[in-house]
Amino acid sequence: MAVTTASPPDPRTALDPTAHAWLDESTTKVAAKPAALRRLFPAARRRCGHGRLTEHWTVDEAARAVLLIALPLRGQPLADEVTLLHRHGDPAEQRAILRTLPLLDLGDLALPLVRETLRGNDTTLIEAALGPYAAAHLADAEYRQAVLKCVFCEIPLDRVSGLDSRADRELARMLADFAHERIVAGRAVPPDIRPLVLAFPDVIGGRAELQHALKEEG
Amino acid sequence: MPRIFDPHIHMTSRTTDDYEAMYAAGVRAVVEPAFWLGQPRTSPESFYDYFDGLLGWEPHRAAQFGIQHFCTIALNPKEANDPRCLPVLDELDRYLAKDRVVAVGEIGYDSMTPEEDEALARQLQLAIEHELPALVHTPHRDKATGTRRTLDVVRESGIAPELVVLDHLNELTVGMVLDSGCWAGFSIYPKTKMSEDRMVEILREHGTERVLVNSAADWGRSDPLKTRKTADAMLAAGFDDDDVDKVLWRNPVAFYGQSGRLELEDPKPDEAATFQGNSIRRGGA
Ligand SMILES: [Zn+2]
Repeated sequence: MAVTTASPPDPRTALDPTAHAWLDESTTKVAAKPAALRRLFPAARRRCGHGRLTEHWTVDEAARAVLLIALPLRGQPLADEVTLLHRHGDPAEQRAILRTLPLLDLGDLALPLVRETLRGNDTTLIEAALGPYAAAHLADAEYRQAVLKCVFCEIPLDRVSGLDSRADRELARMLADFAHERIVAGRAVPPDIRPLVLAFPDVIGGRAELQHALKEEG
Repeated sequence: MPRIFDPHIHMTSRTTDDYEAMYAAGVRAVVEPAFWLGQPRTSPESFYDYFDGLLGWEPHRAAQFGIQHFCTIALNPKEANDPRCLPVLDELDRYLAKDRVVAVGEIGYDSMTPEEDEALARQLQLAIEHELPALVHTPHRDKATGTRRTLDVVRESGIAPELVVLDHLNELTVGMVLDSGCWAGFSIYPKTKMSEDRMVEILREHGTERVLVNSAADWGRSDPLKTRKTADAMLAAGFDDDDVDKVLWRNPVAFYGQSGRLELEDPKPDEAATFQGNSIRRGGA
């Protein structure tokens, strides 16, 4: 089994009997023969649907997670298979792969997929990439850049995993400087950076306007 | 205004002005067949990046202008002759399984070489395996012979004729294609191939059953509004609104609908949507 920690939300609750049977059969096929996933993975969205399942998962993403978890691989062979699925995947497939990374026994072998996504600008993919896997494996500098990129792309920071433990003074400084630039340019400062900066108040320095902008409510 | 489905157009080569003009003319859905780029590709990876664009970036671009974008995937006949490109055939299995892929295509003959024979036969088998229709290009040179030979290969493959469209037909090739049970596709071009007036004559003679009309607009001299111009020419020649709707909407929906993947929603132009950070409507944030 390719699983390590948590499970995805169970998509079966949202599936009609035909889709349910398809997912069960497909899971069995993938467990017996990993290469079967190359056709089944792209088909999952039209077989199972794509409505919202939970706040963070759609039905197709959860169904694809179930299929990935069924791969009887781990480590490098698992990373090779997942990397190929990602390389040839459409945007919906790539989102599902990125969301599933923390549930697979990959170590840091899938970091190139996260890095590729962070270099791009598709906000739906960036958000999917910044789950617990990125929080656990990105180096400090990369993690800070990723958070800053979210602020630029207007991805709400509550979608980024790991801020509680990984937000540090250097990130606070970067965000304070970003806020300062915005103020000078006469533009709004996104409110969700406030707690991250205010955790290290010294990074504000003597900048009164910055102090004011970060402390005001709403 | 007629609703229009362009069943063959290479939007990758077109501008946002084209998308705007197409929407204004009534175009609401398009199929973009994978084809060659006007200059050779020299490695399979170029194809995969192209396919990724047909599946990601281009549908996103189209949706911002209120147009639904689907595609067909294949190794085209010209490049089937280049051994450097042949490994693409081995990866098609992955791409033919994608949601927005509604046919295998463009396949067919360019110069009628043994390599083209092999690629055509193999990709017709892939269409059967993936339960997809096939979009088959007929050669520009020696068209009648090429079309006859294409029909033979289609018959030998065992694919159901109603799953196959032979495209770029003319007065001399339409009869044999309709007789075979396949669909007949016509590309309306400013100078070559077929004009809207000739198209109207063909519709008078052969009827509107199993006929697809497209602009085949690409990077060459071509006109993405030829579908609408054909609709106008039909009306001027005495066809009624229902005939126009059949040829320019219901027929392509019926043909590509056989894939089971033609999810026609009602997309609305979305000013705010971004893809890879690029809002196509520049000048905003
Ligand atoms: Zn074409």
